[in-house]
Amino acid sequence: MAEKAILEAVAVSHLFDVSRPFLQRAFTREPRRMLRAVDDVSFVIAPGTTFALVGESGCGKSTIARLAVGLYAPSGGDILFEGEALSNARAQPALRRRMNMIFQDPYASLNPRWRVSDIVAEPIRAFRLANRPNEVRGRVGALLAQVGLTVRDGEKYPHEFSGGQRQRISIARALSSEPDFLVCDEPTSALDVSVQAQILNLMRDLQKRLGLTYLFISHNLAVVRHMADWLGVMYLGRIVEQGPAEDIFRRPRHPYTRLLLDAIPDLEQVGRARTPVGGELPSPIAPPPGCAFHPRCPLANERCRVEKPAHVMAGDVQVACHAVEEGRDG
Amino acid sequence: MPLLDVRDLTVEFPTRRGTLRALDRVSFSIESGEILGVVGESGAGKSLTGAAIVGLLERPGRIASGEIRLDGQRIDNLAPEPLRRIRGRRIGTIFQDPLTTLNPLYTIGRQLTETMQTHMRLTDAEARRKAIGWLDRVGIPAAAQRIDAYPHEFSGGQRQRVVIALALCAEPALVIADEPTTALDVSIQAQIITLLKNLTRDHGTAVMLVTHDMGVIAETADRVAVMYAGRIVEIGPVAAVIRQPAHPYTDGLMASIPSLEHRVDRLRQIDGAMPRLDAIPAGCRFHPRCPRVFARCHKEQPELLPAGATNAACWLHANG
Repeated sequence: MAEKAILEAVAVSHLFDVSRPFLQRAFTREPRRMLRAVDDVSFVIAPGTTFALVGESGCGKSTIARLAVGLYAPSGGDILFEGEALSNARAQPALRRRMNMIFQDPYASLNPRWRVSDIVAEPIRAFRLANRPNEVRGRVGALLAQVGLTVRDGEKYPHEFSGGQRQRISIARALSSEPDFLVCDEPTSALDVSVQAQILNLMRDLQKRLGLTYLFISHNLAVVRHMADWLGVMYLGRIVEQGPAEDIFRRPRHPYTRLLLDAIPDLEQVGRARTPVGGELPSPIAPPPGCAFHPRCPLANERCRVEKPAHVMAGDVQVACHAVEEGRDG
Repeated sequence: MPLLDVRDLTVEFPTRRGTLRALDRVSFSIESGEILGVVGESGAGKSLTGAAIVGLLERPGRIASGEIRLDGQRIDNLAPEPLRRIRGRRIGTIFQDPLTTLNPLYTIGRQLTETMQTHMRLTDAEARRKAIGWLDRVGIPAAAQRIDAYPHEFSGGQRQRVVIALALCAEPALVIADEPTTALDVSIQAQIITLLKNLTRDHGTAVMLVTHDMGVIAETADRVAVMYAGRIVEIGPVAAVIRQPAHPYTDGLMASIPSLEHRVDRLRQIDGAMPRLDAIPAGCRFHPRCPRVFARCHKEQPELLPAGATNAACWLHANG
């Protein structure tokens, strides 16, 4: 990625306080407990590309989504938008305007008491992108047309729409501040597959037409494969493998990435008898020492149990795994 | 004789604005030891079909016509008490969310033994021994100790294992599994699907597997039924339905799923959305979205007809 980055995460960490209430802790002399949701994560997103993060529940991908738009401030490290730290974004509404978010649940993320046209117009009014009512109306109409809805749909309320159409409204709203960078947190997980295809196609069309940059969060590897230029695989708060998406799909290096790819039931494998991987996701409150993946890893040895693996380069792909580093991965 | 035989099952919901027909003459059967996958989008009637079979339709929904036979015996018109005995003893159920299936106030051991003792003649000690055996079989480590734990002490994947044990412990002939892996992470999903597949094969149990995940169906099911707007539009062997779908809806559905094997520039999409129950179009219910629609589709509703290796409800296959 030789181009200038639009978004860069530099050694970002985020902690949540999951301690019991103060009084209870005082009685039982319990220390504070912190959950390290994101642990030393670094990545660079080039303009006009899609950076996808995949991982299972509790791996920290949604926390990164919120960090990336400044909804959370990182506990350590920094997030830079075109070289400027997001932490001073409060003083810079200009940065805020240039990024927006699309959420997973289109039933929860739209105000049920507002007409669609008001939902889409809110960012236009908030950022004073247009002042005269006529001008606002014109922009809303154009945005609705862009996502495949009509001006007349603007008069309706969210409950009158299906899940897929609601997600189109969310996209129109996200685009109304004319952002360059969109964070999409599981944008199609709540949708049926045929509708998911409509939304994914729409997102790719808009990216091409408007030169958008996406941070795309998903647990669905097939969806990610369809969308991503660059891919990061997360496990318990860390990115364990990242690089060009094609390279990782063609040759996954980290044992966890391989497990994920093997675990996905695929249409092309009718009647496949699988060899399931054992083990459960450990609790992020008390992650295993050393490499967090070692209890489930077929390649784990003594070193993996005590020493946290550093990120090493394997071709264009960055992998955090002792076995890959030592060439034990076969 | 098939173990489960559903004939022309119609389910209606009377409302103030008229009667909504949520299932319209649905017919299929499942043999012992067979896994039938039921797929379709939300609102297509998959879960409702399962609920109608176990007699758990939510009011005011009711079976308006049709027959459901288990081992030749009609079960759709039974009184609540005989139906309750069949449910649990002959038919086991697994639902999406393991937390709502398990009673949070009872240990899982109590829930297992109670289920078995309701349906089988067992002493307390026998029931407990069997319960430990089931927990062991579904892969709960240290089953003899964990049997006295409460549901909240298990992880999501383990809870779903317990639910499977609960559904199978009375050794039912038929299991209805409604989205059993949807709430789970992919690496756990694989474990649960394999478990369900192996246990039902070992016991010769028939399974109706309801899911929206075609990948799960591809790996698990023997045959698959595709539902659209309250009807079965295609049914047949899983490989045929996936590789050579005969109904344009099935075809569009398969093509809209992103593949792990190769990346395409655009996914094929089916424009529009499934109709709501109060606005079912005349003729074939899929015709407003169908790329191959012709005059007859607007007027007449097609029934399931042989179409290659499957049966499809589509006028393209009416050669008579």
